[in-house]
Amino acid sequence: MAEFRLPPNSRIKKGKHFDASHGAANVRRFAVYRYDPDSGENPRVDTYEVDLDSCGTMVLDALIKIKNEVDPTLTFRRSCREGICGSCAMNIDGGNTLACTRSIDSVKGVVKIYPLPHMPVVKDLVPDLTNFYAQYASIKPWLQTRTPPPPDQERLQSKEDQELINEPAACILCACCSTSCPSYWWNSDRYLGPAALLAAYRWLVDSRDEATGERLDELEDPFRLYRCHTIMNCTQTCPKDLNPAQAIAETKKMLAERRY
Amino acid sequence: MSLRAPLGRVLGLGTAKDGTDHWWGQRISAVALVLLGLWFAVSLVVLPSLEHHIAVEFIGTPLNSVLLSLLCVTTAYHSYLGVQVVVEDYVHAAGLRITSLILSRFAHVFVAVVSVYAILKIGLAA
Repeated sequence: MAEFRLPPNSRIKKGKHFDASHGAANVRRFAVYRYDPDSGENPRVDTYEVDLDSCGTMVLDALIKIKNEVDPTLTFRRSCREGICGSCAMNIDGGNTLACTRSIDSVKGVVKIYPLPHMPVVKDLVPDLTNFYAQYASIKPWLQTRTPPPPDQERLQSKEDQELINEPAACILCACCSTSCPSYWWNSDRYLGPAALLAAYRWLVDSRDEATGERLDELEDPFRLYRCHTIMNCTQTCPKDLNPAQAIAETKKMLAERRY
Repeated sequence: MSLRAPLGRVLGLGTAKDGTDHWWGQRISAVALVLLGLWFAVSLVVLPSLEHHIAVEFIGTPLNSVLLSLLCVTTAYHSYLGVQVVVEDYVHAAGLRITSLILSRFAHVFVAVVSVYAILKIGLAA
């Protein structure tokens, strides 16, 4: 059956508390999920008080400040700090988003930070995305053609055709959408999830690609595609304002169109 | 534990090349249920009373017999498709999943046949 409760070794315990430095006037409290598989202990939530007067404006700035100045054991992924690499995707204030583009001001009260939901945790805020990346690889995210390329130039695309792939191609594979989807939580072993399906759609509507039929064949499956029940969490949570739910709906329409 | 590569696990048994009929059938039956449901609701409101002989007379009319049979069959079909999705979503043990799907199919066909039989019995006796 689907799991509605965390397994005993994943249940969260109360953690440590770290006070802000003396004289701090503008203090905000951050509650951060901590888990170290090597310790053999259950996960816990540590609270850190951060002086916002000496901290950047984004949640990632606070995490970096905590790691640098308070607790170097805190583990998280980050790289570009401008919402283009997708590394710092995590669950902040109950929603999946990028820590680098979510401002501390936009959160009321304690800033609660957890790893992306329903994924195996490697350590603290770092989820294991192996299955997620394998699902992306499974949709063959590259151009497939039979027509040879023109000898003297690249494959051309009209402006209108380019606009079709403009938005889906802007996905940064941060996994916020897939890990916000209850259907993905229950069946991530067989359901591809919104991110992989948005990527698949990006190649389905690419005017240069000539494997549309084969791509649709590979998606036509009660689990791979049709586990999407239009819950729409994916579109609501996408930090890049993309619309995976619409891409999935369009894919379903293409499958119906070639049949009827 | 398996040492199979993650991509191999995702590719699994391959695609079932199926699901579009299920998806389409669920939507078409939903549209039919809206129309039949409206007809049924309006018919009940218009009936002078819900006493037994009035109900039997209502069901006995040829048009009502046909529409009521369609309503019952479409409801059972739509419900079967919905229950199938719920089972596939939440029941992960393979044996239990197949058993649930078979029992659900039996139950829905049984309910549909019993409903149509009851309607025809009244309709043909009238």
